[in-house]
Amino acid sequence: MADLIRKATRESYGETLANLADKYENLVVLDADLAAATKTAIFKKAYPQRFFDCGIAEANMMGVAAGLAAAGKIPFASTFAMFAAGRAYEIVRNSIGYPHLNVKIGATHAGISVGEDGATHQCNEDIALMRTIPGMTIINPADDVEARQAIESAINYVGPVYMRFGRLAVPIFNDSESYKFELGKGIVLRDGTDVTIIATGLMVYEALEASRTLADAGISARVVNIHTIKPLDKELVCKCASDTGVIVTVEEHSIIGGLGSAVAEAVTGCCPVPVVRVGVNDEYGYSGPAVELLKKFGLCADNIVVKVKEAIKLKK
Amino acid sequence: MEENLKKNLMKRACKARMGVIEGTYNAKSGHPGGSLSICDLLTYLYFEKMNINPENPDMEDRDRFVLSKGHTAPALYAVLAQKGFFPEEELKSLRHIGSMLQGHPCINIPGIDMSSGSLGQGISAACGMALAGKLSNKDYKVYTVLGDGEIEEGQVWEAAMFASHYKLDNLTAVVDYNGLQIDGKLSEVCSPEPIDKKFEAFGWHVISIDGHDFDQIENAFNEAEKITGKPVAIIQKTVKGKGVSFMENQVSWHGTAPKKEQYEQAMAELNQQLKDLED
Repeated sequence: MADLIRKATRESYGETLANLADKYENLVVLDADLAAATKTAIFKKAYPQRFFDCGIAEANMMGVAAGLAAAGKIPFASTFAMFAAGRAYEIVRNSIGYPHLNVKIGATHAGISVGEDGATHQCNEDIALMRTIPGMTIINPADDVEARQAIESAINYVGPVYMRFGRLAVPIFNDSESYKFELGKGIVLRDGTDVTIIATGLMVYEALEASRTLADAGISARVVNIHTIKPLDKELVCKCASDTGVIVTVEEHSIIGGLGSAVAEAVTGCCPVPVVRVGVNDEYGYSGPAVELLKKFGLCADNIVVKVKEAIKLKK
Repeated sequence: MEENLKKNLMKRACKARMGVIEGTYNAKSGHPGGSLSICDLLTYLYFEKMNINPENPDMEDRDRFVLSKGHTAPALYAVLAQKGFFPEEELKSLRHIGSMLQGHPCINIPGIDMSSGSLGQGISAACGMALAGKLSNKDYKVYTVLGDGEIEEGQVWEAAMFASHYKLDNLTAVVDYNGLQIDGKLSEVCSPEPIDKKFEAFGWHVISIDGHDFDQIENAFNEAEKITGKPVAIIQKTVKGKGVSFMENQVSWHGTAPKKEQYEQAMAELNQQLKDLED
């Protein structure tokens, strides 16, 4: 699969906003002096009258977005995940979440794959933070195809949505013709009977790669793409627990509070089975090239294979 | 301002103060001090200035109001009830379990345009509403009220910068300058003064008034309406606890509810003020 085209989902974000601007005339875009990096500059160039730079002031940007939404606009508030979910957390909670306003948060540069900028910019906690806000929808697309449809789906959903995009160019593995995004519905990418690998974001492709290696070793791994982390597709997760008896979650996020936690919380209530969480292990990141960092942190197909083999031993 | 109108507004403001006392007494909690200091302002806005309709609270072209100093919700609720957005009887349920009237403003309440209460956030939402108005070529106005202590929040100045940069001349922010915050005098806690000069430096048109003088309030809003190309800040000097003798200028009444005896005395004083106005 080495011939797949690679693209960062932040690119998908900027392009899709521009593509949908005519179709959704209430769509407006805010950024906090990072338009070149979040790729909202693509929208800004095409629709300058509907783009508002808030400067390096994320708290106010989230509040402005709330006010725009309260007055009927569909604002996309864009910045790095660290500042969207981290710095502006309390504004997102109180000014967007509590009044359940129709604000879309476009958080780019999520996770360890930010790379060289290092720990201060590598946000591995955003999913955990956003999950605690009642009524917040969280989407973490795996590739360009999924990201594009997810963005339009978010526009058509009325309510706050946190969307997580990456800086690193990743393989486009979904088929643009047949792929269909359904908010809140997980996707079984590959069936299997021995174990289920539940992945999100750029780890979905790694999980698929791992499943091929595992197949060669005689292990039948089901691969599920959870693009909507909240609300979680509990029905599918519970079915996987029941069908395969063990789950391995994979995410480019802290193992605390993210996809792994959401899955573990779900299965304890419906079908308790071992859940092994692959993610960032309660530690900060550091500087380095993104691809190498992902390997260092075990966020790659090879490590998923190791963890799946360990997980299967836990099966009763 | 015409004398009859002024007297009418003064009576309404007095009734709003009674609503504040009634609400916080029955809630056994709440913030009477800063609620009492904005009753005149809110009465003017809701009974004289704003284009709103209690029969149709979500009217698209209505003027918007955001109580950035959300802890003073009792004053806003009292004025909204008088205006007919919901029955005045509701005020007694303030902060009770199951009550519509939450401790801080909630967007689900008829007449409330934005949930608020975490300080520094309301002004940003007001900026967003003003920007939306400009984008949609609507001529509605957006009003917000900030506490003087509230402007210690950094987000207020992010919003001040934004409003000025985007020339939000349909936005008027009032700073309720009563000089007291929870921990004491503004000047002693961590002073944001001089307030007028700060807003001026951020590119706002600034008007300083006595917030208990309806003539000055009216003149300020009339002046604000004529300003183009920049947002307007009205710095209103007020008395925290205004209208209840033992609460006036006492920081201890920031967030303390009156007990039975105090409630009775406060209501007696306000009833007397109302009677004097009616004579």
